[in-house]
Amino acid sequence: MLQVEKLTKIFNPGTVNEKKALDCVSLRLAPGDFVTVIGGNGAGKSTLLNSVAGVFAVDGGRILLEGKDVTRLSEHRRASDLGRVFQDPMMGTASDMNIEENLALACRRGQRRTLRWGVTAAERARYKELLRALDLGLEDRLTDKVGLLSGGQRQALTLLMATLKAPKLLLLDEHTAALDPKTAAKVLTLTEKLVSEHRLTTLMVTHNMSDAIRLGNRLIMMHEGKIAVEIAGDEKRSLHKKDLIALFEQSAGGLDSDRMLLS
Amino acid sequence: MTQILLGAVSLGLLWSIMTIGVYITYRILDIADLSVEGSLPLGAAVACAMITRGANPYLASLCALLAGCAAGLCTGILHTKLKIPALLSGILTMIALYSINLRIMGAPNVSILRMNTVFRPLTKMGLSSSVAIIIVGGLCALALISILYWFFGTELGSAVRATGNNPRMVRAQGINTDNMKILGLVLSNGLVALSGAFIAQSQNFGDVQMGAGSIVIGLASLIIGEVLFGGRSFYRRLLAVILGAVVYRLIIALVLELGMHPNDLKLFTAITVALALWLPQGKQLLRTVRKSMGKENA
Repeated sequence: MLQVEKLTKIFNPGTVNEKKALDCVSLRLAPGDFVTVIGGNGAGKSTLLNSVAGVFAVDGGRILLEGKDVTRLSEHRRASDLGRVFQDPMMGTASDMNIEENLALACRRGQRRTLRWGVTAAERARYKELLRALDLGLEDRLTDKVGLLSGGQRQALTLLMATLKAPKLLLLDEHTAALDPKTAAKVLTLTEKLVSEHRLTTLMVTHNMSDAIRLGNRLIMMHEGKIAVEIAGDEKRSLHKKDLIALFEQSAGGLDSDRMLLS
Repeated sequence: MTQILLGAVSLGLLWSIMTIGVYITYRILDIADLSVEGSLPLGAAVACAMITRGANPYLASLCALLAGCAAGLCTGILHTKLKIPALLSGILTMIALYSINLRIMGAPNVSILRMNTVFRPLTKMGLSSSVAIIIVGGLCALALISILYWFFGTELGSAVRATGNNPRMVRAQGINTDNMKILGLVLSNGLVALSGAFIAQSQNFGDVQMGAGSIVIGLASLIIGEVLFGGRSFYRRLLAVILGAVVYRLIIALVLELGMHPNDLKLFTAITVALALWLPQGKQLLRTVRKSMGKENA
């Protein structure tokens, strides 16, 4: 489904702040793969996701989606194949627009925008059902501005928007990091539900080791712009946090992030 | 007195079309677009140049609108394709239009006195010019907000609104935000130029200077409208913009009646807008001051 070949991204090249965020990273996702990505700050996790999404141009390598080379395509041209949820709950929705307008925008992802009415009655009924399934009481608030919702509600809505038109690849960029633990757990449960319902190929960045181990069928650990550890299948199912830390120490030669120690 | 009031209302309605244009860029796209200072006289220039050559005034007004759209397109391309900051893109278009407007009119001002205008059919029927302007301007403004209400409810219009709100999210939905910004600027400047064409026809001349300070007048009208008549629904907000433009003209007529020198008007408007833009922060400041005062007293 997704094929990343020798991807390299350098920020601020030629300056004292030069940073090789991605260093010849290669990765392949088969259809239905759910890969969790873990690593310390500055390991290149988000850069990897943003490169796939086309937020910026890469300095080397190729990105293929279902065999199609998208490396040179702009962000909005790749969007038809990608569902995205960001770390910042404010990022995934338009706060001055109401819930149904946001859903309608997402429902037409990758389609030409015409002069037809923005939200149809049939759509509205469908949105109501989907929101009811979220169990957040949003089904009666279709015309409320999204800015009025809590962070958790906004992330749940963004998840729904990302999967409304089934994407070829779902990109989750630490989408629960800004939420309180209870809400984060709820949003993760919803993530699992939506991913299995639509059998979505998923790439999920997280700071939380337990989540990374518990979710998905594959796990990769990044360090200094490289994939340091890759675990899949049975090995991943029997994986424990301490194994992961040991593996990481082995490959990277020690921990360098406080957050890794804490999580 | 009635004459003054009617005059203020009629002028306000013509300027309200321009204010709707400012609303599209400033509120919907979140861009302060200075090209309106050039596209307002551009509309006047195109209309006057065509009318003096015997063209139909309705056709001339339509051409003015299209010329304004082209000006908006220039600003849009400067901003999105050449990546020039929005404010500077607007200033560049504004300055360029000064020369273009002089070219179109062939002189700094052109009189169309006693020539055919869009208001002529009504004044011929015996209506005073103010009443004729109120009828044409009012109908036009109402028609425009209906069209815009429809447009911003469509898929395309929603995408434009969302672009002003959260461009990153919009790109993630597969929409080219550059194109949406250009579209908004085209619409906005088209309306501003149409307003300029009507204003020129109402005063029977076009002047290359008539755009000076128009962005500030637009903002003042916009804010007055929002404070006095603002509401939740989009239609209500568009209506508030029109009423704001009328109230602005009534205020100007009032301060002139009270003896303010006309030369001081722009200073007065600028101070009013500065205060209005500061208002949200001012309220916050006042609240913290009051809170700390309350603590001291307690």
